Amino acid sequence: MRKTLPATGGINTCTLSLQLNGQRHQLEVHPWTTLLDLLREQLDLTGTKKGCDHGQCGACTVLLNGKRINSCLTLAVMHDGAQLTTIEGLAEGGELHPMQAAFIRHDAFQCGYCTPGQICSAVGLAGENRANDRDDIRELMSGNLCRCGAYPNILAAVEEALPATRDRLQEKAP
Amino acid sequence: MTPFSYARPERIEEALALAGPDSRYIAGGTNLLDLMKENVLHPRRLIDINRLPLRDIEETSSGGLMIGALVSNADLAWNTQIEQRYPLLTKAILAGASPQLRNMASTGGNLLQRTRCYYFYDTGTPCNKREPGSGCPARNGLNRMHAILGTSEACVAVHPSDMCVALAALEAQVHVQGPHGVRRIAMADFHRLPGDRPEVDNNLGEDELITAVELPAEGFAQHCAYLKLRDRASYAFALVSVAAALELDGTTVKVARLALGGVAHKPWRIEAAEQSLCGKPAEQASFAVAADLLLDGAQPLQHNAFKPELARRAIIRALAEAARGTAR
Repeated sequence: MRKTLPATGGINTCTLSLQLNGQRHQLEVHPWTTLLDLLREQLDLTGTKKGCDHGQCGACTVLLNGKRINSCLTLAVMHDGAQLTTIEGLAEGGELHPMQAAFIRHDAFQCGYCTPGQICSAVGLAGENRANDRDDIRELMSGNLCRCGAYPNILAAVEEALPATRDRLQEKAP
Repeated sequence: MTPFSYARPERIEEALALAGPDSRYIAGGTNLLDLMKENVLHPRRLIDINRLPLRDIEETSSGGLMIGALVSNADLAWNTQIEQRYPLLTKAILAGASPQLRNMASTGGNLLQRTRCYYFYDTGTPCNKREPGSGCPARNGLNRMHAILGTSEACVAVHPSDMCVALAALEAQVHVQGPHGVRRIAMADFHRLPGDRPEVDNNLGEDELITAVELPAEGFAQHCAYLKLRDRASYAFALVSVAAALELDGTTVKVARLALGGVAHKPWRIEAAEQSLCGKPAEQASFAVAADLLLDGAQPLQHNAFKPELARRAIIRALAEAARGTAR
């Protein structure tokens, strides 16, 4: 599955160990490979989307050591030894994550391009434990844009699935 | 991005030794990598400082807090001590960027972020900040976001940070380390006005590294407000922002601090504006005098003529909110 890296112009590649969706990966990357490009181009994990590539849209949101980040604005090489969860890693044993199920139940998308980022961001939001009402959710989900404007349904899905997501995170806490 | 090499030192001295004219430190990277993708910056080497021991928030002997340069914006905003003792800082940080960015962006990096002037980002246009001497298309171009105070012929850019506006009002100190030792820079002296060298944003030496930001003991926790006005409700840079902090004796102002964001090349403070409030009743008339003093000399550009009046009203409102008591 791993693709051949293009020529480096004399700069060495770096090795990197990642715990990605529960599996350990030993990888070789160029220093300038973003975490997003590593996922999509080298590992064929295309669930994480490239929208703006500038940290403005949130489509590339993943969970780094449990915290939501824009994978387009960080270099893969900076995360040696980290734990990474992408949209592909949320379901367990063929069962959707509560946040994924809520997005389907509430029809919280139209084109679906922003959805993986929205869902990862909402799982990160649950871990932060700072959203106490709908206004908090709106404010704390503002890093994820939906060009289709499915916000009312996204809000409903996130609000419904926050408690179950918090419970799941607490079960997994060491 | 232009190819570059990568180093990850474990110690501060090692990081300082690696630095050079074509290298850059990287912490959160949220601004630096964006600028590298836009080809505004093209360092030949990145020095990843994330392994340096600069991630703690500790009490100082004078009753303040020392914030390590690598503490993320999110960790800082939601630190219990900061929330309780320096709510102005929490409010300012949470008014900026998005949760994803705040999880990556560092305290030191926030101080060093570059302006979001469209022309600075667009390598197809001149920009004195990006290419000294090439000209400033913003002065007579699209300048809705731009500065109204402290500008020069060469540059009308604004500093984009919310956090820095609160740090200025709190009179924080920036701790830096270079090959010749350590020093402290007051927030008021850290960023600079553009003058005829707009390419220089601040007074950090090229061979120096920010190691910490120190907060003094006084946090104005009872009476502070951060008011940010922007083109959408969230996740946008400020048109105008105000950090207001008061110490009251009954209804009389004992100490006042006021800083503006979105109006200048640095957080904007004027001592006379703060002094004017001391000993005065905490009411609209006193706030209006302070606002006028803080905005004295404001010169709007073609597309931001609204800013002085917007700022004036924002200052009065923020002071009134602070006087009523910090909203929790």
